[in-house]
Amino acid sequence: MRESIPKIGVYVCHCGTNISGKVDVDAVSQYAATLPNVETARNFKFMCSNPGQQLVIDDIKEKGLNRVVVASCSPRMHEKTFRKACQTAGINPYYFQMACIREHDSWVTEDPDQATKKAKDLVRGAVFRVTHHQQLTSRVVDINPNVLVIGGGIAGMQAALDIADGGKKVYLVEREPSIGGNMSKFDKTFPTLDCAACISTPKLVAVGQHENIELMTYSEVIDVSGFVGNFKIKIKQKPRYVDADKCTGCGVCSEKCPSKVLSEFDHELTNRKAIYTPFPQSVPNTRVIDADHCIYFKKNRCRLCEKFCEANAIDFEQKEKIVEVDVGSVIIATGFETFDPVTISQYGFGRFPEVYTSIQFERINNATGPTSGKILTKDGRKPESVAIVHCVGSRDKNHMKYCSRVCCMYSMKFAHLVHEKTGAEVYEFYIDIRSPGKGYEEFYNRVQEEGTHFIRGKVAQITDIVDSPEDRGKLVVVAEDTLARKVRRIPVDMVVLSVGLKPSSGIEDIVRMVGISLDSDGWINELHPKLGPLATPSDGIFVAGCCQGPKDIPDSVAQGQGAAGEALSLISRGKLEIEASVANIDPEKCMGCRQCEDVCFYGAISLNPVSFVCEVNEAICKGCGNCTATCPNKAIELKHFNNDEILAEMEGILFNFDKFQGDFNQDEIKPDIIEPV
Amino acid sequence: MTDNGYEPKIVAFLCNWCTFTAADLAGTSRIKYQPNIRIIKVMCSSRVDPVFILKALLDGADGVLIGGCAPGDCHYSKGNFYARRKVALAKTLAQNMGLDTDRIRLSWIPASEGPKFAGVVNEFTEKIKKIGANPAGQEVFI
Repeated sequence: MRESIPKIGVYVCHCGTNISGKVDVDAVSQYAATLPNVETARNFKFMCSNPGQQLVIDDIKEKGLNRVVVASCSPRMHEKTFRKACQTAGINPYYFQMACIREHDSWVTEDPDQATKKAKDLVRGAVFRVTHHQQLTSRVVDINPNVLVIGGGIAGMQAALDIADGGKKVYLVEREPSIGGNMSKFDKTFPTLDCAACISTPKLVAVGQHENIELMTYSEVIDVSGFVGNFKIKIKQKPRYVDADKCTGCGVCSEKCPSKVLSEFDHELTNRKAIYTPFPQSVPNTRVIDADHCIYFKKNRCRLCEKFCEANAIDFEQKEKIVEVDVGSVIIATGFETFDPVTISQYGFGRFPEVYTSIQFERINNATGPTSGKILTKDGRKPESVAIVHCVGSRDKNHMKYCSRVCCMYSMKFAHLVHEKTGAEVYEFYIDIRSPGKGYEEFYNRVQEEGTHFIRGKVAQITDIVDSPEDRGKLVVVAEDTLARKVRRIPVDMVVLSVGLKPSSGIEDIVRMVGISLDSDGWINELHPKLGPLATPSDGIFVAGCCQGPKDIPDSVAQGQGAAGEALSLISRGKLEIEASVANIDPEKCMGCRQCEDVCFYGAISLNPVSFVCEVNEAICKGCGNCTATCPNKAIELKHFNNDEILAEMEGILFNFDKFQGDFNQDEIKPDIIEPV
Repeated sequence: MTDNGYEPKIVAFLCNWCTFTAADLAGTSRIKYQPNIRIIKVMCSSRVDPVFILKALLDGADGVLIGGCAPGDCHYSKGNFYARRKVALAKTLAQNMGLDTDRIRLSWIPASEGPKFAGVVNEFTEKIKKIGANPAGQEVFI
């Protein structure tokens, strides 16, 4: 429905000097006043401020305006603000149009004259468009109070616990057989030297026992559909071949299993069996049979585990299951994995047995690791000297250009642990030491006082070539000491490569499913780097922890709690207004060719078999407009983006006002719309 | 800017989720680019009816840019691929109408690539300046 005579108010924002510094705002508002149907045109310092909005509201009430155009920032920024102001003043919020003269004009144009000309064009487009706007009502939908958390590391567990404590149901999906993530592999945590297992195990147990948390381990999210408040999630549960209800976690099966496999959890430092749990404190403690290495699956014999299981929990017939759940919001907490230093061949990882990655060294230090927490070389000796190489993969344009944030601190933690456990000499090869955090700088000082040798220089090579008698039987670390200005060759027994953090594999699939994007380094793009660190451009999708960028444990926990807060705040709203922009089919024009049905990604269109015309299910329609542009009979109208509106905007923009000298209002020239055929 | 001061008018139909956001990002990053482009927001590049493109050219636009998400990143899963078909159709029609198909360009610019957006605009503007003013527009408009 359109009101008969449009009365438009145009408001040009200075945005401080952000716009007025480049665009002549007076000229734009004066020009806008001459456009057809424009009743009033003003400019103001900050339109989004309360007085700015009040200006619009007062004008609507006093001058009887029924359309509003604001020329200011991007509609992504303040469209909602001004729609609300229109609504407050008593006109339909969709009788509003925004012209973006900041992001698309004043900030990107060099020449002030050109910027002003562009602003006039954009305002003219908006004025022409708003004339055609229709009254629309937003749809209100209920928000499903359930939440899906993807990833059971420390960030995901914390988010799940906070939401569950708030009384809402959480589905926690983890692709490994146990939750715990990377943190459960660590030994001590910097700078307090808390034992990682001591502080994380209670969390694992709490998650496993919480009545509001449905834990789905060994599972992956394979499809996300729907929209904020109403997501439909498909989860693939891989077969464990062990009945979780019957398994008591006694571990006899693992003892008897004859098949040995390199342990992923210990980063290939030890072996596990084909029927296993990743680590002793795993939650759930149900065993898993690794079908790729199980002798029964490979050779159709053995079944020793079945024979020895007193609980009769082994079930070789288990099949993969697809589970569907409904949730209102999703928290992504997929975390990180460590950089694989094999590609930096001069460091000899994989060639020299005594070159370890930092995550392997965490396992060596851990009481449940390969050496029960003792720092020993592979042949069982206590090392006399250890080198720690910083920035392996990080701050390196050949690999990852960013700083991984945690490596300096965990490297210094290693130095402390080596001193404490072996008394060996420790050499830290660093580029810069980065220790920003509570108690971090103090920890750095402490490690220096303990006698750690800090050598500023990137390691060029790690070699076993003997140059002098003391090199014999050792690895020699070659680096340029940029403070002493000489090349150092330091023979050591063990080398730890402080590898950087990179996004965990499979993150691409997750972001694609939920419709968000990754930055150039592969981390998830948050809504705003400063003011929206946990939200994403997709409503109802939040991020927490390292999937958004490298973080230490306190930051990950804080983000987990923050994301839980975001999800709970969304849930407590209960209802949600969604865009009124949906497709609508005119039954008079529809000829039932069903092309729209074919192109709709959501199955929102179906043919009514009685009337033989297509119909749109407004609850499912997302308003993309693919059907509208496809319909050969132009029977489909996308509300708020219909042909009249878009073509009017285009016509406004292209109107050649250099040639047209008259006054729109006096000469009664109205933008003329050609109906597309 | 060319010597004769010719400033082409370019209409851009940008999808809300990727290219429009990239244009916002170019703005917030203060990347300067040619001033000739005028942006019209659509929710998805697949909304761009071939008629819009032809009408823009007939109404005097010297170039039409259609911006969508990168393959696989479409907010509506595959809208950008439909946009490609629609642009191809518009080009065929434009050719039959005696319009220069080089004036039509489809670009897939992810939301995170503000500099790429500015690059595409500069490149396209230069190209249109080389081709010259659109003769169709000078005859038909209002």
